[in-house]
Amino acid sequence: MITASQKPINEIIKLIAPYKKVLILGCGTCVKTCFAGGEDEVAVLASALRLSFKKKAMTIEIEEQTVERQCENEFIQEASVKMARNDATLSLACGAGVQAMVKRFAKNIVLPGVNTTFIGIQESQGIFTEECSGCGNCELGIFGGVCPVTRCAKKLLNGPCGGSQKGICEINPDTDCAWHLIIERLTTLGQLDNLKTYIPPKNWDTSLSGGPRKLVREDHII
Amino acid sequence: MKTFSHLHEKLSNGEFAVTGECGPPRGANTGVVDKKIKLLRGFVDAVNVTDNQTAIVRMSSIAASAHLVRAELEPVMQMVVRDRNRIAIQSDIMGAYSLGIRNILCLSGDHQKFGSQPDAMNVFDIDSVNLIRTVRDMRDTGKDMSGYTLDVAPQMFIGAAANPFADPFEYRVIRLAKKIDAGADFIQTQCIYNITRFKEWIRQANNEGLTDKVYILGGVTPLRSAGMARYMNNKVAGMDIPEDVIKRMDGVDKKDQADEGIKICLETIEELKGLKGVHGVHIMAIEWEEVVATIVEQADLK
Repeated sequence: MITASQKPINEIIKLIAPYKKVLILGCGTCVKTCFAGGEDEVAVLASALRLSFKKKAMTIEIEEQTVERQCENEFIQEASVKMARNDATLSLACGAGVQAMVKRFAKNIVLPGVNTTFIGIQESQGIFTEECSGCGNCELGIFGGVCPVTRCAKKLLNGPCGGSQKGICEINPDTDCAWHLIIERLTTLGQLDNLKTYIPPKNWDTSLSGGPRKLVREDHII
Repeated sequence: MKTFSHLHEKLSNGEFAVTGECGPPRGANTGVVDKKIKLLRGFVDAVNVTDNQTAIVRMSSIAASAHLVRAELEPVMQMVVRDRNRIAIQSDIMGAYSLGIRNILCLSGDHQKFGSQPDAMNVFDIDSVNLIRTVRDMRDTGKDMSGYTLDVAPQMFIGAAANPFADPFEYRVIRLAKKIDAGADFIQTQCIYNITRFKEWIRQANNEGLTDKVYILGGVTPLRSAGMARYMNNKVAGMDIPEDVIKRMDGVDKKDQADEGIKICLETIEELKGLKGVHGVHIMAIEWEEVVATIVEQADLK
């Protein structure tokens, strides 16, 4: 999933303060799963904002709605009525969702209510970890299914740096050394020989380095 | 045999080599570099010039190395892949060679999180193994990474780092082999305080036949105080200072601790001299360059 976390309330207040009527629009997929922008978070945020504005003796009208996915036109469409009667929409979707809204509603003001963080998983209840950088050229096969591009702080492809100790990355005691995990996993799989394989410089052209990417599926174009 | 630098020549003659270290200043003051040059010249075969070590912004290692070349003290220019993509890397290697720099030490680099500007974006386009390979390929094929034939290809003596004290230990020798395959001519190790673990590492390297393919310079750093020992052990990534070494430093008066640190350093050098597969010593007297002359003389390395 794509993970996100809600922006600090003061930042949100600053973003929406210039408007009289604001729609808070949640997204029912990834950001719901990571507790940043689903229906529940929309409701809590709306209440908090109403209260904050009231305390400051400022008036604002806040409406709430959550669609299934803000990154797909057919779901976005459901928000059109409420968007039309508000001055601005605070989207609690990821950056892709916000921009899908902008493409669909070219004349409406759409503001981000969350910070999009990464492509990851919920490792345990309430704890999310980054697993994939979307580099466009997956080599998990050789690394025993642990991605050094994403999970090694130095993106090392030919083994761990000198800072790994007791399975922990030097940059943070809460971060596992990706190479330690790779070695553990290859040991389990009986594929330790993979470690000797020389990995050439990565082709980053398929990543964001090659500029914004586009995926074209000719067979699905109507 | 063709040698690429004075350091290379010394090592290829089978002589025990000594390298030192010079950290460039946090500013453009060449006086700081000149001062360190005066303290090191005549006592070491070459001097590592660090590349924004611990991710703190300093005078570039290329420029500081060029100052050493001018002063006829041979530099080992350190280069990290943290701050440069492959385009800048190759360009800087050519530039460095054109300035008379003949040794390079290829490193990943300390993560910027440790530095003075943790907000910076890092690069890590290629890793240190591929940096080694790039310098080697430029030298041996005369081509850049795109396969373009260079009019004058940099001919560098290529170094790499090894940390026998990092985990996973079993992997350390495989990584050394990978660096040798990539083209490392010499290795400088992390500071050695845990001599037992170092001996085990060099034994494994000997068994794999690696020490016949590469020159290994054992790293030493004289401890100035017990506090420094504790700080390094706890705060410096990849550092292993055994408890008995810290206790030994603690056991002497504060004013005598620097002398004790030098003594420990000399004992380590003595052990290194007797080890098969060790071809020299790399003395990293961080901001304590004046002690290098003493160590070199007392260890009978001149």
